[in-house]
Amino acid sequence: MFQYYLKLALLSIKRNPILSGLMVTAIALGIGACMTTITVNYLMSADPIPQKSDKLFYVQLDSWDPNDPFDEPNEPPDQLTWTDATNLLKAKKATRQVMMAQSVGAVEPEQQDAKPYMASIRLTSKDFFGAFDTPFLYGGGWSDEADVNREFVTVISRETNDKLFGGQNSVGKTIRVLGNNFKVVGVLDNWVPVPRFYDLTTDQFAEPEEMFMPIMLKEELELPSSGNTNCWKRPDDGFKGFLNSECVNFQMWVELESEQQKQAYKDYIDNYVKEQKTLGRFARPLNNRLSDVNEWMENQEVVADDAQIMLWLSFMFLLVCLLNTIGLLLAKFTGKTGEISLRRAVGASRKDIFVQHLIETACIGLAGGIAGLGLAMLGLQGIKVLYGSFADRVSSLDFNLVIIALILALLSSIAAGLYPTWRACAIAPARALKDQ
Amino acid sequence: MLSMNNVKKIFRTDLVETHALNDFNLQVDEGEFVAVTGPSGSGKTTFLNIAGLLETFESGTYMLDGKDVSKLNDNQRSVLRNQKIGFIFQSFNLIPDLSLFDNVDVPLRYRGFNAAERKQRIEQSLEMVGLANRMKHLPSQLSGGQQQRVAIARALAGEPRFLLADEPTGNLDTKMAHSVMELLQEINQKGTTIVMVTHDATLAAQAARNIYVRDGRVSELHDVSAMPEAVNS
Repeated sequence: MFQYYLKLALLSIKRNPILSGLMVTAIALGIGACMTTITVNYLMSADPIPQKSDKLFYVQLDSWDPNDPFDEPNEPPDQLTWTDATNLLKAKKATRQVMMAQSVGAVEPEQQDAKPYMASIRLTSKDFFGAFDTPFLYGGGWSDEADVNREFVTVISRETNDKLFGGQNSVGKTIRVLGNNFKVVGVLDNWVPVPRFYDLTTDQFAEPEEMFMPIMLKEELELPSSGNTNCWKRPDDGFKGFLNSECVNFQMWVELESEQQKQAYKDYIDNYVKEQKTLGRFARPLNNRLSDVNEWMENQEVVADDAQIMLWLSFMFLLVCLLNTIGLLLAKFTGKTGEISLRRAVGASRKDIFVQHLIETACIGLAGGIAGLGLAMLGLQGIKVLYGSFADRVSSLDFNLVIIALILALLSSIAAGLYPTWRACAIAPARALKDQ
Repeated sequence: MLSMNNVKKIFRTDLVETHALNDFNLQVDEGEFVAVTGPSGSGKTTFLNIAGLLETFESGTYMLDGKDVSKLNDNQRSVLRNQKIGFIFQSFNLIPDLSLFDNVDVPLRYRGFNAAERKQRIEQSLEMVGLANRMKHLPSQLSGGQQQRVAIARALAGEPRFLLADEPTGNLDTKMAHSVMELLQEINQKGTTIVMVTHDATLAAQAARNIYVRDGRVSELHDVSAMPEAVNS
């Protein structure tokens, strides 16, 4: 019977092309608007490292002003001081510990005709690559010794490798950065986590940096700080003064395998802070945090409030479109009273009529869903035009989203079709005789 | 075949209660051709709807082919309608965007026949009404008489034992009406019981038995010429 109902549905859609077209358009508009906002929200909030997002923890220590919290209500700072970050790094209490900060530096390409340029640099510790499962095209990360001995080594992005070495295996070669020669130990393959979860304190949807270097070189080379630097107390003069200050500019992630390990690490940082209190620091009550990747993304409001508001508005719009569809379906099925009562008279049960019309509604919904996908793509193009490169990474439909769109279109059109279909079923078969 | 005893049907609105059938009694035997006449509003169509299981009734008993239908639910009534009853309507009630083949197919679909059996029955029915060569045509491509023939083919395709016709020639000219009546006679002679509601005394005269309905009650007419004038209007 399914094929028969499908044939009847297509005939019915063909019989009233304008009415059917209006319904498809209404559903397509609603689905298009919804899918545009769902896509943006989905990509903004997607788990960027699902295989271990519950094992990576962002560390916060409340070293802030005793009189004012870093943020209401009683939020600890979103970064660490140099002193605390290096202490935690050296303690090695976690399976992996990643200290990091943003910096920039001038790169001087070897090619004669190439001009020097400013490259974004992530200063970090060797566990960065293992903790975040970064894919390597060539080579790998640096060693523990490279961190300790402050070696001039670097891991570069694939784009940088293409730019400086024409895509060749550059492991072992040198790059002149900040007036020093850095030995390339690894080249990352394409790696663009969306959002850039490992550092959410600044541009959350930026691409990863072009170069990665040992964090201790910051002190060695007095590398400039970029990203957010917040201080509640004026630092002493000079670079050393900044490093020893209460200014926060460093991020810290730890990898912990189990709940027990997490609890042990929490105890460790609490004890660390208590110890620091004896040295006259950490005047605020104990308020240290360990947040896994998803908790940290939520804390940092990766999905902007306005994106969420837009999502709800688009669902409201879909609802309005569906209400219109209900009206149009009622009009359509009312026009089929004669046919429905005839079918009932010659033996169709209410269930037969219900299924027939539900399939017709689903066909309209599917057509609306497909058209809606087209509109969603247009909508996403519009977002890219409006918001530029950031939007590139949060505005593309993937296979999951296409399936979601079609399921949403089907479910919503079937929901819209339930009342008109129920009304169609309620038509008395005697109407076939009476309406002559 | 059909046995109604003291059947009562009341239509209620907020203000009015209309007794459409009052102690309606009728027996129709297998193979009969019964014409039902009566003035407008007398209860003919209500009787036909109840006989065809399209409407329920308040009280009384109705046995169709030995089965008490008063206790059947909506689904069971649909099944019984599909298996035992064929309908012919005044305005044909063909589905305009289905071919003749597909129109005749409608009741068979709900019967659960396989494709081969449906095809055979459809071709046979259309052959019987003389339209086998126009199976792929749409109803709009046929004359009124031909459309009614398709409706008859649809009613017969499931081989019902009981055919209900409501003014089957009401929308046809005399020549076409005559041809449709001949077809009904032929069907009846093959054993199908027919109950036909009509205003036309000439057509009623062609039936073996005439029933006159007035104020929701039945009276037998043995002489059609004695039919009240109001019916002939």
